[in-house]
Amino acid sequence: MTATRIALGPLLYYWSRQGTLDFYAGIADSPADIVYLGETVCARRHELRLEDWLEVADMLAAAGKEVVLSTQSLIESESDLKTLRRIVAEERFRVEANEMSAVHLLCGTQRRDWVAGPALNIFNPRTMELMMAAGASRWVVAPEMSGAAIAELQAGLETPVETEVLAWGRLPLAHSARCFTARHFNLQKDTCEFRCLGMADGLVLRTREGEPFLTLNGVQTQSARVHNLLAELPEVARTASVVRINPQGDDTASVLELFRATIDGIVSPVDAFERSKTLMVDQPCNGFWHGRAGLEQHVASS
Amino acid sequence: MTATQRIELVCPAGSLPALKTAVDNGADCVYVGFKDATNARNFTGLNFDARAMREGIAYAHAKRRKVLLALNTYPQAANWGDWTAAVDRAADFGIDAVILADPGLMAYARKTHPDLRLHLSVQGSATSYEAINFYHEHFGIQRAVLPRVLSLPQVEQVIASTPVEIEVFGFGGLCVMVEGRCALSAYATGESPNCNGACSPGKHVRWEQTPQGMETRLNGILIDRFAEDERAGYPTLCKGRFDVNGETYYAIEEPTSLNTLELLPDLAKAGVRAIKIEGRQRSPAYVAQVTRVWRAALDRIMQGAEQFKVQPAWVTELDKISEGRSHTLGAYYRPWK
Repeated sequence: MTATRIALGPLLYYWSRQGTLDFYAGIADSPADIVYLGETVCARRHELRLEDWLEVADMLAAAGKEVVLSTQSLIESESDLKTLRRIVAEERFRVEANEMSAVHLLCGTQRRDWVAGPALNIFNPRTMELMMAAGASRWVVAPEMSGAAIAELQAGLETPVETEVLAWGRLPLAHSARCFTARHFNLQKDTCEFRCLGMADGLVLRTREGEPFLTLNGVQTQSARVHNLLAELPEVARTASVVRINPQGDDTASVLELFRATIDGIVSPVDAFERSKTLMVDQPCNGFWHGRAGLEQHVASS
Repeated sequence: MTATQRIELVCPAGSLPALKTAVDNGADCVYVGFKDATNARNFTGLNFDARAMREGIAYAHAKRRKVLLALNTYPQAANWGDWTAAVDRAADFGIDAVILADPGLMAYARKTHPDLRLHLSVQGSATSYEAINFYHEHFGIQRAVLPRVLSLPQVEQVIASTPVEIEVFGFGGLCVMVEGRCALSAYATGESPNCNGACSPGKHVRWEQTPQGMETRLNGILIDRFAEDERAGYPTLCKGRFDVNGETYYAIEEPTSLNTLELLPDLAKAGVRAIKIEGRQRSPAYVAQVTRVWRAALDRIMQGAEQFKVQPAWVTELDKISEGRSHTLGAYYRPWK
């Protein structure tokens, strides 16, 4: 599985400007082959403006990374569309389309290199082929899709598509117009005081029995558990040529290194999973990959 | 001012009696689903088999009303044929439009049944005119149902920038998440609105009387716990009480219903072409009540938006059938966000 490439997904949390810049400076020397950049969650977050992201993009491209600009997952306003148009016009970098406004704008260009993001709801070969005809050349699978369903989709395609699977990180599960972080502080979104700033891994929501269940990240809701496919890597590598690791508050570089060592055969997948336990912000889960409830940690019987 | 452009009232029906009730009480359109995973209300005991569908369409057409078919889940490679068969059957039955979310299925419908009218489902998550125009250019969709995400000025902006008719939700259960973009149920139970047509499905629900009170669980996860004086609600997982930083509250959304009656003049002015009522899983009695109130309200607005006033009796009627017996303007009202 040496051909498997490692992608660092877009930063989903709101970190300070300096913290974010330092983080990406570190990524320049990391084993990530591909880096997705940009604010995908909330238009109000502004520690880095688009110009700043483009500077980070140039720095990472100079370090030999493939850089992709990710678009916002929920488009509501004319100003959201304006930002989107600017991103699509940046021809130096590939674009990850995270909803259909971006797809529409990319269709209007002659670009044939864009990435179909995980929220596009591509679940069958016909829809995948429509996106490919519109210029998509990589598919980031919706996290809720199982390994078997991915393989079935691929088998139904006339020409194959480069496939990327989320292999590490809290699962992005939902988007809303409402900001749940602001709600927690009894604030409205428009006057949120940027309370999510500096929450390195979001805000954990527990059941009334104290069990971590979800993570509030502004308008996005994530799993509390960490989706971790290290133990399944050989299987994942048979369907996907790119694995995605989502940034987390600490240890992202160690996670990237562990993935690299596993892909290179230096560490076995089982050992890698064991070692990863100290790198996770919560318990692991892998249910989606196995076609089960996402929060399950499924151990296949051998 | 001149009379307001006619706004269609689109009512839900999970059964033939509900369809007839909707028609009899003044719905312009009734939307329905087949008895399988091809629609987003795939609940046991609900929806239409072929015979009921034919009879329902005949009943509505005899009274010059329309029937729309929701085929708004996302087919996968393994079950693709079930969805295309559903499109074929609907066209054969003379359905007035199919409500789709999946682009692949739209392409199929357009190619196979060029005269079949296509609506973009709320499950398509199109929240901007750029997104809606994508579906229009590629598949010729004639109407789009907006996710319950946009504020009123944003709805106006969409309508001003697309040739596609816009339908909005007027009343009913409120998804706080962008429709079609929520995998919470898949995460908790393995079944999602997108792929299985079900959110927080009943077979995973457990009600348990405990010393701490009535507990509701979804696949074992505690969604809420109710004191004796509280009315225990269904454990839809985004409407439970959870603990965040030591504070227990409705962290995502209260059990409440959307009710936009008071916005009707603004929605009419913005050029909304249809108002959708949620609730295919609800009883014919619900359908009757909500259809009657909204018929009256729409008839009133058609006589001129300036004179329109929400009748207290309407609100009383609707609150009786609301989830949690309360209502909200949802995202139309910015502070809700």
